[in-house]
Amino acid sequence: MREVAVIGCGMTKFGELWKKSLRDIFVEAALKAIDDAGVDRISSMYVGSMTPGLFVGQEHVGALMADYLGTPQIPAVRVESACCSGGMAFRLGLFEVASGHSDVVLVGGVEKMTDGADVTYALATAADQEYEVYHGVTFPGLYAMIARAHMHKYGTTRQQLAMVSVKNHHNGALNPNAQFRGEVTVDQVIKATMVADPLTVLDSSPVSDGAACVLLASMDIAKKVNKPAVKVIGTGAATDTLALHAREDITTLGSVKQSAEAAYKMAGLKPSDIDLAEVHDCFSIAEICIIEELGFVDKGKGGLFTEQGHTSLTGKIPVNPSGGLKSKGHPVGATGVAQVVEVVEQLRGEAEKRQVKNAKIGLTQNMGGSGASSVVHIFTNA
Amino acid sequence: MPSPRYHREMPQRYRLEAAKCSGCGRVAFPPRMVCNCGSRDFKGEKVSDYGKILTFTTIRVAPKDFETEVPYSVAIVESDNGVRVTTQVVDCKPNELEIGKKVKFVFRKLYTEGHTGIICYGYKAILI
Repeated sequence: MREVAVIGCGMTKFGELWKKSLRDIFVEAALKAIDDAGVDRISSMYVGSMTPGLFVGQEHVGALMADYLGTPQIPAVRVESACCSGGMAFRLGLFEVASGHSDVVLVGGVEKMTDGADVTYALATAADQEYEVYHGVTFPGLYAMIARAHMHKYGTTRQQLAMVSVKNHHNGALNPNAQFRGEVTVDQVIKATMVADPLTVLDSSPVSDGAACVLLASMDIAKKVNKPAVKVIGTGAATDTLALHAREDITTLGSVKQSAEAAYKMAGLKPSDIDLAEVHDCFSIAEICIIEELGFVDKGKGGLFTEQGHTSLTGKIPVNPSGGLKSKGHPVGATGVAQVVEVVEQLRGEAEKRQVKNAKIGLTQNMGGSGASSVVHIFTNA
Repeated sequence: MPSPRYHREMPQRYRLEAAKCSGCGRVAFPPRMVCNCGSRDFKGEKVSDYGKILTFTTIRVAPKDFETEVPYSVAIVESDNGVRVTTQVVDCKPNELEIGKKVKFVFRKLYTEGHTGIICYGYKAILI
């Protein structure tokens, strides 16, 4: 397979975008990506979106977005893998260019969550409808059960969970596209409204609207466009049981570990080679489990690692410099692509106040459900 | 939940019917066609009525069907014959739950289906 680069990227602000529709936000992000690269045509399009059918009653969004982007003839398809729809769409776009079939592919992610749908129900469709959701469990509830098990098994503290949110809000405050740009304290996180014990609303990513798009291209095109190319050097994806209860160990996200191992192997890199990572912190506990599965720290020590500041902007391995899902926002289908946008900006040196110094290798990790699917990508500016 | 779909799951929800893999001995709940060991040969088995709490939470923001019940406790329970399920734990206060506590499965009403008013039943757990 041939080498592939990201040649353009763009995203909308994340948040409650009541004046803009699903198609508006997608096209806004897509035009930014196209203008960023300075290309005049795309060969095809992948649109990551979890459940536009439940959120706004619209399916068939591949064709819809191709139409409104002014390219109604190109192949376009929606990709769904719950909250990692965007990351999985990116992987398919990558393969299309790498195979030689297409030279320039647009990969986007979009979700419109604030139009009045029952969001808790819509998100819960990513869990096992018959054997989890039927019993009244919610996504905060599933991650709360992971948190409780992690605290019991490894001694992770309530304060350490809160420190993930504190760190991500600090970073998000520096990101003009973030939904919540205010700092929070450990005390505020712990005393916030309880959603599912022990997790509060400030342990949880918000309900958001937003879109993000990138352009993938072959290296000969990448050399001719506006911006320096950011090469994709590793991809890995994996699945696990849909139901959390069916896992051997409730505190282990096996799909994250396996997807990371595949991406590291392809890139010929190890965890200590990574300069920054954008990971799927849908809840504070998720980031702690993920940094363990990615190999940044030993299993069970993610809480302590966070407390020691190693994941901060100036730490050993900055995690979620964008503010993560917690502060930047989590329009579910857009998240995986927005992670790529952040890593590309970091590797180009365009991240302004949240720039990670000397960033050469970046990683994205995007996850669906309670970890039933995960996808990891590794990028370099070298 | 439409009623044909509800009807299909009744053996599991009402009677905890499972299937034991002839290859590796693992009990699958719900029954499935292929075991993760590769075997397709199963024999009928029942989930044990007793088990213990592996982890738990208290749901305070619920989907519409459960809105009137908050706060309620949900746990992952491992039965004595190794089946793990997600279930509500009832007839107790949220602060009485602990990891490792023994429970028994009981037959209860889960919720009333919105449009048609069908009462949905199933298993819940109580502390013993």
